Amino acid sequence: MAEMKYTEDHEYLRVDGDVATIGITNHAQEQLGDVVFVELPDVGKVCAKGEEAAVVESVKAAAEINAPASGEVVETNSDLESNPGLVNEDPEGGAWFIKLKLSDKSELDGMMDAEAYGKFVAEQS
Amino acid sequence: MSQEADANQTLKRTPLHGLHNELGGKMVAFAGYEMPVQYPLGVLKEHLHTRAKAGLFDVSHMGQAFLTGPDHETVAAALETLVPGEIAKLGPGRLRYTMLLNEDGGILDDLMVTRSVSAGDDGRLMLVVNAACKTADYAHMQAKLPGKVKLEPVEDRALLAIQGPAAAAVVGQWCPKAPELGFMTATSAEFDGIDCHISRCGYTGEDGFEISVAAARADQLARTLLSHVDVEAIGLGARDSLRLEAGLCLYGHDIDETTSPVEADLVWSMSKRRRAEGGFPGAERIQRELSDGPGRLRVGIQPEGKAPAREGTEIAGADGTIIGVVTSGGFGPSAGGPVAMGYVQSAHGAPGASINLLVRGSARPARVAEMPFVPHRYFRKKTV
Repeated sequence: MAEMKYTEDHEYLRVDGDVATIGITNHAQEQLGDVVFVELPDVGKVCAKGEEAAVVESVKAAAEINAPASGEVVETNSDLESNPGLVNEDPEGGAWFIKLKLSDKSELDGMMDAEAYGKFVAEQS
Repeated sequence: MSQEADANQTLKRTPLHGLHNELGGKMVAFAGYEMPVQYPLGVLKEHLHTRAKAGLFDVSHMGQAFLTGPDHETVAAALETLVPGEIAKLGPGRLRYTMLLNEDGGILDDLMVTRSVSAGDDGRLMLVVNAACKTADYAHMQAKLPGKVKLEPVEDRALLAIQGPAAAAVVGQWCPKAPELGFMTATSAEFDGIDCHISRCGYTGEDGFEISVAAARADQLARTLLSHVDVEAIGLGARDSLRLEAGLCLYGHDIDETTSPVEADLVWSMSKRRRAEGGFPGAERIQRELSDGPGRLRVGIQPEGKAPAREGTEIAGADGTIIGVVTSGGFGPSAGGPVAMGYVQSAHGAPGASINLLVRGSARPARVAEMPFVPHRYFRKKTV
């Protein structure tokens, strides 16, 4: 079964073996507002941890999605390019952004689980 | 978030503050006021609702003031020393868009000027200026106006805007005089028994009205309008995307103290007489730009892809040289894609010209576009 990890930048990673499916949390999409544009990387792109991997823009602002861990982009969700509003409708389901083949799974150590992330969000608001 | 709370204590509130909170408005700091950027409907739907039916905006943060003097001729002549607009020939009950200029012909603020409709009020102009500029505007005018013309800031009135194709029918339900007004005209009227001053104008490209009302009655008037099934409260977020699609300038972004009315493509707001005679600050520069053409020009920008180009995005020509900058940009919900405006070197300013927008380090193709991006639907009285 996949394991969920969360970052302080409000990204989630659904980790299955050495592949992480990455998107933004429901809290993040609420903060962004209506999403109108998503830009995805090319498959094959190698990202260092913290490097910009995708861009999401709402009616209000542009936000970068940085790779929460190092790895190679093995798949992108092209549905988001034609239907960016999916990010608002189903952020933690159908609106994932990229799948990343992790190069160093130890980078996930110290990331929050669902419970810790829930507390983190509660403290922030 | 204690820092935010502290900052909020110094922010001013409009007479509709309680209503915004009750409606679930997301309050932000804007021009020294605590204002709703959006309501639970969200920016996108608020925008589309305004274009489909009618949106109610609280614009009470804007500065309302009277200029008064012995007669219209005197007051108009005094104001014309500060603005390039045609004020002398402004008829009773008519509005005009113009701008306060500095000595270099740069824009200190843009404003609406209304001449009182009543003959008994001859020599009274109503001004509506930007919230962020009002203190400086008032000081500037007080310093420059002759003694017989007085500036009287109005601090005890709210200003509401209702915009959209249903606005006339909605307002007419409580104020039968309103739908009779022509575009850019104004009158005193009663709205459901409340004294107000109502103008047919706006900042969205749609038909609509701005209603000036005593602060104490503003909440009642706003609730009455919101009781209509076609009316939704609209925040600053949608106000910005609506005016961008309409090609209208936002002060401090698309126009400022460095931009002249010629560079800003606002020459339409100057009459032939004023262009020829001058007599406003910076006339030398402005007349030179009128005859020789400005070095740079505000233009509409249509990105060819889907990526929005935000304020500050650099604009490059075909050879990669920087030729300008985006001053407003984002997603246009009614346009269905990204729209922007900005300044380019005049040689690149013709509609259809190919340009590139440097978004996140890569050049993205765009075209200089005619504005508005969404056709204006201002009310035009039918002539029989």
